[in-house]
Amino acid sequence: MNLSNGKGSVSTVTTSAVMKSGDAVSDQFPAGLRVLVVDDDPTCLMILEKMLLTCLYEVTKCNRAETALSLLRENKNGFDIVISDVHMPDMDGFKLLEHIGLEMDLPVIMMSADDGKSVVMKGVTHGACDYLIKPVRIEALKNIWQHVVRKKKNEWKDAEQSGSAEEGDRQPKASDEADYSSSANEGSWRNSKKRRDEEEEAEDRDDTSTLKKPRVVWSVELHQQFVAAVDQLGIDKAVPKKILELMNVPGLTRENVASHLQKYRLYLRRLSGVSQHQNNLNNSFLGPQEATFGTISSINGIDLQTLAVAGQLPAQSLATLQAAGLGRSTTKAGVPMPLMDQRNLFSFENPRLRFGEGQQQHLSSSKPMNLLHGIPTNMEPKQLANLHQSSQSIGSLNMRVNASATQGNPLLMQMAQSQPRGQMLSENTGPRVPRLPSSLGQPTVSNGISNGLLGRNGIAGNNRGPAYNPVPPRSSMMSFPMNQSSDASVNNSFPLGSTPGISSITTKGSFQEEVTSGIKGSGGFPSYDIFNELHHQKSHEWEITNPGLTYNASHHANPLHGNIDVAPSVLVHQGFSSTQQTGQGRDATLIGKAMFSVGEGLEQDNLQNAGQNLNPLLVDNSIRIKAERIPDASSQTNLFPDHYGQEDLMSALLKQQEGMGPAESEFEFDAYSLDNIPV
Amino acid sequence: MDKIHSHRQVAAIKHSLFDQGYLDEQFIQLEELQDDANPNFVEEIVTLYYRDSSRLISNLDHTLERNPLDFNKLDTLMHQFKGSSSSIGAKRVKAECTLFREYCRARNGEGCRRSFQQMKKEYATLRKKLETYFQLARQAGPLETAYRPK
Repeated sequence: MNLSNGKGSVSTVTTSAVMKSGDAVSDQFPAGLRVLVVDDDPTCLMILEKMLLTCLYEVTKCNRAETALSLLRENKNGFDIVISDVHMPDMDGFKLLEHIGLEMDLPVIMMSADDGKSVVMKGVTHGACDYLIKPVRIEALKNIWQHVVRKKKNEWKDAEQSGSAEEGDRQPKASDEADYSSSANEGSWRNSKKRRDEEEEAEDRDDTSTLKKPRVVWSVELHQQFVAAVDQLGIDKAVPKKILELMNVPGLTRENVASHLQKYRLYLRRLSGVSQHQNNLNNSFLGPQEATFGTISSINGIDLQTLAVAGQLPAQSLATLQAAGLGRSTTKAGVPMPLMDQRNLFSFENPRLRFGEGQQQHLSSSKPMNLLHGIPTNMEPKQLANLHQSSQSIGSLNMRVNASATQGNPLLMQMAQSQPRGQMLSENTGPRVPRLPSSLGQPTVSNGISNGLLGRNGIAGNNRGPAYNPVPPRSSMMSFPMNQSSDASVNNSFPLGSTPGISSITTKGSFQEEVTSGIKGSGGFPSYDIFNELHHQKSHEWEITNPGLTYNASHHANPLHGNIDVAPSVLVHQGFSSTQQTGQGRDATLIGKAMFSVGEGLEQDNLQNAGQNLNPLLVDNSIRIKAERIPDASSQTNLFPDHYGQEDLMSALLKQQEGMGPAESEFEFDAYSLDNIPV
Repeated sequence: MDKIHSHRQVAAIKHSLFDQGYLDEQFIQLEELQDDANPNFVEEIVTLYYRDSSRLISNLDHTLERNPLDFNKLDTLMHQFKGSSSSIGAKRVKAECTLFREYCRARNGEGCRRSFQQMKKEYATLRKKLETYFQLARQAGPLETAYRPK
């Protein structure tokens, strides 16, 4: 590809190529699809490998979920699609699914000899893009490429929607075409992604619309600075302007900070929501402790693990952990829950643990429920309230999703259904969205997700040192709110945040991988493109090396373009996590960048991609903020936050899909309302 | 002549295996995967299956000896076993696995044990027949892969 060639020309070429290639493209491209197969049954594994090879795919097999995750983390862009068994000894397939969705945002196909409706439904709610019944026939495998394409397409579309209208038109088309043409021409997803990104960027630049703005890359250091500033100000009082002043980073705009803040809030909310969710599982949770949120923040893998071990770490310890992780003073003692969750993530243990803990802590404040809010479901406030109550867990999404698991899926379903945009559940976002809700809702899943975010980071940090993996940063995010505001509200933000984050998280991995796997459809989110070439300048400053957002993935930020798609939250999370983790910002660079990009995207309005992702984040954040402000009437949980949460979440999600408008107004603390959210 | 005869023999055995319901379509899928690069693919897979399933069977045996019976664990083990068996097309074995799981869900210990014994019988029979089949197939030389009994 001639990236350098003129993005414009590339697009042109691509377009025409696409038009011409048509069949040619599709003929070529399934070949070489990089598939990762995970199954503990050696017989099945061998058979699948042979079948996939016969389909001319590139196959990597592993018999353990943990191995698969580390493979994916190490090689963010190394795979296009994952096929996983449901029942595995070391980790539940759905948990793995969540992790992958959050961290790498790759399409995942579940398979099992079990063809029961509930299991298949679980696959759907957790975000699997397909479900195969064993014994698997080769015919079923021949078409799995469609999921990769679809995902990329959706990402592009999402990006488009979030961005300005004009931009939107161009990008998706360009991206799609680029993708196709690239695949045809180059036979590699990566190329198409890059090309798409390039094209988009070229287009964007010209327009100054959402996509074009140079993205800020929220590196680990940058994020840490951000978190420190927010901590200092207090989550409730953290206004982008003040944060910006505190951070004192040249070249950083208020918009950048605002979008980043929104994501962060969503993240925190998600975390608290998740932990709540977990708690819910045990049904004991809703402990009005606000501190619980704090725990989440310290998702550092290590901390979490420790917590996980303890299982019942007191909020204080969690808070401490968080603080440690975040580098802040633990304000909230009650964090244990989140940590627990995180722990779970890391240890891939049953979410049960998390839940239990979360319960205690988490949900203490009514806010936790709000976490659900983060999930942009169309659900009415009432519904949210219901969810809130029922789920109690933060993972509003989780809750909802888990509704079946814990309280009643109906909620989640409702959410999905009620949402006109419907996207939340995954229409556009595809696996992304579902993942979120499912993760949230499902006790295990959500835990996984939120935890995943946290935990993933921690775990994912595989390469990083203290297991800070993406999760940790996230945790810091989470803890942040918690520490800051003792209110439960802070907690609430988690779930929401997580939602977006979840998708983003998964994308994290994808950031880098996106390019290659093309899953992420990075094209859509120019702003998020950490790896975007467009933002070279910015990247320069913040981009560390893109170690691969949180995972130390070796991939470079650039290729990731596509990853950005994943929802700003992801970026945010990733950024957060990375900052936390490595501290060296190696990985954080990517994340930081991502965050910035996201932030920028929001500001830009055009951030179609970013906007989409960010918006939800922002929206959520804004919502959260409000909720947080609301007195902790923990018992309040109530409806008020619910309202916000729901709407925010929904809007956020919707926005993501539809390309929410500029979140600028949302940046202001006060302005963090859903105004912009086209609910 | 001999070669043709041996091939015919192999074909006959295969045919009977299908007719009697020991094997199903999945086995054909495996055979279709076999090619020059992997001329003994099916046999390798089946050997892998034996190894893995022996482990599962012995696990099941131990679990069935416990008192009281842990039906959840039995169900999980059998689910795994069923998955493997279905992957190679072991039709009868798979049917017994399904029956066993139903007994598990019904918490019927006696039914489980009975079904398990039956399943082991089917498994042993299949194994023997397949061993004969592969032996003959190897002797006959490559030729049989495309044959579709049905």
